[in-house]
Amino acid sequence: MTDDTSNVIQSLSVAEVADVELYHPKSWITKYVFSQDAKIIAIQYSITALSIGLVALVMSWLMRLQLGFPGLLSFIDADSYYQFMTMHGMIMVIYLLTALFLGGFGNYLIPLMLGARDMVFPYVNMLSYWVYLLAVLVLVASFFVPGGPTGAGWTLYPPQAILATTPGKQWGIIVMLVSLMLFIVGFTMGGLNYVVTVLQGRTRGMTLLRMPLTVWGIFTATVLALLAFPALFVGSVMMLLDRVIGTSFFMPAIVSMGEQLPYGGGSPILFQHLFWFFGHPEVYIVALPAFGIISDLISTHARKNIFGYRMMVWALVAIGALSFLVWAHHMYVSGMHPAFGYFFATTTLIIAIPTAIKVYNWVLTLWRGDIHLTVPMLYALAFIVTFVNGGLTGLFLGNVVVDVPLSDTMFVVAHFHMVMGIAPIFAIFGGIYHWYPKVTGRLLSDTLGKLHFWVTFLGAYAIFFPLHYVGLMGVPRRYYEMGEMAFVPPSTATLNAFITVVALIVGAAQLVFVFNLVRSLRRGRPAGGNPWGATTLEWQTPQTPPGHGNWGKTLPVAYRWAYDYSVPGAAQDFLPQNQPPVPRTA
Amino acid sequence: MVDLPRTDPGAGISRPAGWEGIVADWSSDQRAFKNVSWGKAMMWIFLLSDTFIFSCFLLSYMTVRMSTVEPWPNPSEVFALNIGGRHIPLILIAIMTFILISSSGTMAMAVNFGYRRDRLRTAILMLATALLGATFVGMQAFEWSKLIAEGVRPWGNPWGAAQFGSSFFMITGFHGTHVSIGVIFLIIMARKAWRGDFDRERRGFFTSRKGNYEVVEITGLYWHFVDLVWVFIFALFYLW
Repeated sequence: MTDDTSNVIQSLSVAEVADVELYHPKSWITKYVFSQDAKIIAIQYSITALSIGLVALVMSWLMRLQLGFPGLLSFIDADSYYQFMTMHGMIMVIYLLTALFLGGFGNYLIPLMLGARDMVFPYVNMLSYWVYLLAVLVLVASFFVPGGPTGAGWTLYPPQAILATTPGKQWGIIVMLVSLMLFIVGFTMGGLNYVVTVLQGRTRGMTLLRMPLTVWGIFTATVLALLAFPALFVGSVMMLLDRVIGTSFFMPAIVSMGEQLPYGGGSPILFQHLFWFFGHPEVYIVALPAFGIISDLISTHARKNIFGYRMMVWALVAIGALSFLVWAHHMYVSGMHPAFGYFFATTTLIIAIPTAIKVYNWVLTLWRGDIHLTVPMLYALAFIVTFVNGGLTGLFLGNVVVDVPLSDTMFVVAHFHMVMGIAPIFAIFGGIYHWYPKVTGRLLSDTLGKLHFWVTFLGAYAIFFPLHYVGLMGVPRRYYEMGEMAFVPPSTATLNAFITVVALIVGAAQLVFVFNLVRSLRRGRPAGGNPWGATTLEWQTPQTPPGHGNWGKTLPVAYRWAYDYSVPGAAQDFLPQNQPPVPRTA
Repeated sequence: MVDLPRTDPGAGISRPAGWEGIVADWSSDQRAFKNVSWGKAMMWIFLLSDTFIFSCFLLSYMTVRMSTVEPWPNPSEVFALNIGGRHIPLILIAIMTFILISSSGTMAMAVNFGYRRDRLRTAILMLATALLGATFVGMQAFEWSKLIAEGVRPWGNPWGAAQFGSSFFMITGFHGTHVSIGVIFLIIMARKAWRGDFDRERRGFFTSRKGNYEVVEITGLYWHFVDLVWVFIFALFYLW
């Protein structure tokens, strides 16, 4: 599919911002702090997201220590356990994964991959980061308010989320909701930029069906986010009103601690619908960018064009559309009408089709490829197996009859950690190892990278494979301790201790990654402009790292799709997207 | 030099038909929407997102209206006024709706004069729109204070389900905030038009982008959207 259309590229007037239209920073502050350059904003997003992610990592350690060795740490009581659990989930899903994929990778890669000078509205883009930072700071503030952060679980289900017996009832829940609303406002500003840049800001020759799949993934995910976050926003507003001024949107008549509360007539299920109308697309908000990144990593490092490019695009779009029709599969045990379960189980299982198309296409891309086992490639391969594993247990949980007994057990925890925790994080690691040379001009250490990879990959399996078994044995999730429950066999306690030890090791291995990031800034091997021999435009910039405005005086022109690897007869085993075709001579 | 499949500049471009043609048009070079500027595209997509926010608010209102066990107060009675000794249901809200819809008319005229580069008429009509919008918000404030004086609170009211007050204050408050933001933007843009910023392509204070009359249309898109949302709130909250 080497579609050359060099004869049509002149047919449109150029919609590009001339170099002079960009805001040119005049001081260090406007260049590096309040920067309007998408690349700097991307780095700011990434560092903030990774930093808050480390906080979530420490909380997962503390939870695991309690589960593996109950009572070992005296400061973890039931309340703080729930607080750690809530904050771990919330940070990982929203403040780390969403922000890093869309704010980090999106900001860096969209303008560069599309041959644009910057996002369409750099000023709004800058505001997006600062509102995100504010949201993160408000979130962190909840650790310091009276009563600590909320312990309602990351799903914040009412009525328990705002009842007096839930930890963080005084301030934690309020701060959490405010932080979420800020995040959504900040994200919307960035997200509008990403979508409009993709739709309206491409360089000449860059048709939508020539865009690298990374951009397709980030674009589709951003559209999902713009349509899904409103439900969370509305849910947050209503819960905040319930908590602060005593409305009863979500609160039925209820007796708590022997006292009739002033609430009545609200619908707790309504919140679950709003939350999961956001929550299920959210799974794909973190999965679709990962799909895109993995497609590009596999193609580049296997030196082969992606198999079935158009199908990959349609699969992304189909998954995105379907993700709005499956939300209530999170609510099979909520008391919802069983007929809905029938509908939602059907739509859920239909998603397996486009997802399977993607997996088969990745595998077929690898087939007979010239596979280079670089660190990004290792992570890409790890992503595929992890995602398939997590996806298969998704088939279990998508069926009502299988889900009902497995619901709220550790099996569910193992499932969603495999499919939307570990897998997207592998894509993030792969992406960082892949694009770090473009961002800094230096390669990350390969030795440290492989050490980091093998400990993380094998460790992730050592943690989450046994967790499936623990769940099948009936160990419920969100329990601070098991006590003397007869139905929980002692073997699960042994496994829990094993899992905890591995989790500590895997967590510590992330310090190797952080060390590698910092060390390679100065001491890494110089990378040159295109260390992986990749075709996409971000590797063809005149400078590495790219300067402000990305392209110097003239914008690149895309003459071909992003996957011309190992083209027969070509001098190199890759043809950059901006390499013109040879005109036919007589 | 690389030997590649070659292009014949003389060959015509075949345009695919049917669905493939639609895909080809949408995915074609540089821009999906050919004559749409970045700002206008961004406003449309923002409005799509905002539609989801208002839809969630209205669906939530309908859900709590069904879930509550108390009777729902009769909006015709609640929103009635006594004028000149006569009891007229929904009169205030009818006037408010009339004013807001009229403001869409003045807005559309402002857009028209903007594209004729008539800076004074554009500015005056935008200010008229802002004035009508501010009147709407003012009457809403009157409605709120009347209901509050009658004992309606977000957590309860004298006539029935507490969710009546909760939904009313939340939804009209959220919509009123939208109108107020619109009024502020209209005033700012009217000032820019008045000062001739759009004629001289003066750069924005924050964004340092050149100004032009299309901004009037983009502000108008937002304004019409806010009006349209009101129609749904009016139908679903006041008439139902």
